[in-house]
Amino acid sequence: MISKREVQHIAKLARIKLSESELKKFQKEISAILDYFNLLKEVDVSKTKPTFYPGLSIMREDKAEPQLTNIANKLVEAAPEKKNGYIRVKAVF
Amino acid sequence: MELHELTIVQAHQGLEKKDFSTLELTKAFLNRIEKKNKEISAFLAVNREAAISQAKKVDDLISKNKNISILAGIPLAIKDNILIEGQKTTCASKILKDYIAPYDATCIKKLKGQGVVILGKTNLDEFAMGASTEYSGFFPTKNPQDLTRVPGGSSGGSAAAVAADLCCAALGSDTGGSIRQPASFCGVVGLKPTYGSVSRYGLVAFASSLDQIGPITKTAEDAQIVFQAISGKDLLDSTSVELSETRSLSVDRERVSVKSLKIGVPKEYFVEGIEPEVEKVIKNALKKFENLGAKIEEISLPCTKYVIPTYYLICMSEASANLARYDGIKYGYSKGKSLLDVYFESRAEGFGQEVKRRIMLGTYALSAGYYDAYYLKAQKVRTKIIEDFNRAFEKADVIFSPTSPTSAFKIGEKSTDPLAMYLGDIFTAPVNLVGLPAVSVPAGFTGKLPIGLQIIGKPFEENKILEVAKIYGSN
Repeated sequence: MISKREVQHIAKLARIKLSESELKKFQKEISAILDYFNLLKEVDVSKTKPTFYPGLSIMREDKAEPQLTNIANKLVEAAPEKKNGYIRVKAVF
Repeated sequence: MELHELTIVQAHQGLEKKDFSTLELTKAFLNRIEKKNKEISAFLAVNREAAISQAKKVDDLISKNKNISILAGIPLAIKDNILIEGQKTTCASKILKDYIAPYDATCIKKLKGQGVVILGKTNLDEFAMGASTEYSGFFPTKNPQDLTRVPGGSSGGSAAAVAADLCCAALGSDTGGSIRQPASFCGVVGLKPTYGSVSRYGLVAFASSLDQIGPITKTAEDAQIVFQAISGKDLLDSTSVELSETRSLSVDRERVSVKSLKIGVPKEYFVEGIEPEVEKVIKNALKKFENLGAKIEEISLPCTKYVIPTYYLICMSEASANLARYDGIKYGYSKGKSLLDVYFESRAEGFGQEVKRRIMLGTYALSAGYYDAYYLKAQKVRTKIIEDFNRAFEKADVIFSPTSPTSAFKIGEKSTDPLAMYLGDIFTAPVNLVGLPAVSVPAGFTGKLPIGLQIIGKPFEENKILEVAKIYGSN
C-alpha cells in the first residue's frame, strides 16, 4: 500500500488538488492497481530493448513553416484570459 | 426499407438514382435523432443547420448531374474528441466544456472534401478513457439493444448512434479497444486501422503511441469506404504513412480467397474469465470458416497475461504527459487566484475521477525512482508482445479472437471498480501495443446482446481483414 504522503506527492507533481476523501480513495485504488502492475516484475527483459512507439521513425527537415495567422488568432481567442492578441498569464512571482 | 436503415452503399445508390434527395436523407436522420436520442443519449451536440445546408449543396450538385463521390451527402456522426472547425469539441470533459475547435482535423477535412453531411458530435468516456461511456463528464450513453446496459466505450456514443440508426456511419478513436469493443457491444462493425494509416492531426491526444482514428459502420464494406477516405500520409502527423501501391486501398484489388486462408487462434484467449456464450459464438464463427475451406491454426501469445499492466502503464504515462496541456491558461475551464492555484484548481474541478486516476498513475510511473521499474519495463515487455505477434503471423494470415471477453454489462456494474473495467481490454489492447489493424464484426448474440468477432491483420492489411469480414457477413 502506498502512503497518503506519496499520493499527495504524486498529486502535486500532476498539479491536481485533491480533497481529503479523494486522497483516501486514490490511496486505495492506486495501491490496488500498482499491485496488479507489479505482475511485470516476473518478466525477464534483460536482453530486450524498449519499443516506444510501433511505427516508423520519420523525421522532417528542421525548417520553420509559416502558419496561418487566422488560426493563431483563433488559438489565442480560446484562452480564458487574453490581451492585445496575447495569452495572459498570472504573475509568476 | 426506411432511409435511416440504409448503409453507405445503399444510400449512395439511392442518391445517384434520385430515389430520394440528400435533404430527405439528412432530415430522416435528424428526425430519428429527435425521437430516439433522448433514451440513448448518443449525441453531445447535433448541428441541424450545418447538416441541412451541406445536404442542400450536395443536392445542388446532383441536380446539375455532376458526378458525386460515394460519401457525398452521407450523414455521419463524429466522436467528440475530433476537431470540426467552429464547433464545440469537449472530449466529454468539463475542462473543455466550451472549447471551440479552431480548425478541422485532417480526417474531417478529407471527409468534408468528399461532401459528407456531419450530423453532430457523439459522447465518449472523458478524454476517451474508459470502456463503457459511463465516465463521460456529462451523462452516460445507453446500449440501444438494452437500455439498462452500457454501449461500451470509449466510442460508445458513435457505436450506439450507428446501431440505433441515428447516423449512417460514424468516426471513433481507438487507443486500447475504444472502437472495437463498443462496436462489439452494440452489434456494428468497428475498424481500428494500423498505427500510421490515418492522420491523428486534430484528434485530441490521449496516448500518442497507441491512438488511431477509425470508422464505425453497419457493414465491413462501409468501413472500407470510410477508411479509404480518411487514410494516407499527412505532413501534420509525422507518424502517418503513405500506403504503397501493393498495399493499395482499392476495394477490388485485394480479393481474399478463403480456401487458402490460414486463421490463427491464440490458445491463451480461451482459458479463463471469458463468458461461455462469447466462446461459443467465436467457436461457431471459426467452424463456419473451416467449412468454407480455411485452415485453423492454433497459435501462442505467451505474453497475454502481461498485456493489461503493460498497456495501462504506457497509456497512463503518455496520458499524464499529454494532459499536462490542460493548465487553465491556454484553453478550457480556469479557476484560481495565483498561477499555481490556476493549475491545481482548474484541473481538480475540470477533470473527472478516471482521468485523475490515470494522470496520477502515469505521473507516478514516470517519476524519478519509478521510471525504470514501471514505464521503461512496460515498453520492454511491449517489445516481447510484438515478438509474440510476429511469431504468430509466421503461421497465420489473420488472427481471430473475441473482441471482448463479455457482452455488454449493466450500467453501474463496473464503474466503481477500475481494475475490473481494465481487464475487459485483454483482447483489444495488444493490437494497439503492436500497432496492428483489427476489425470487430457482429458474430452472434447472447439473448439480445450482440457478440463481436475480432479479426486482426498484419500491418497495413486493413483491406484483407475487411475482405475476410465481408466473407463472414455474406455466408
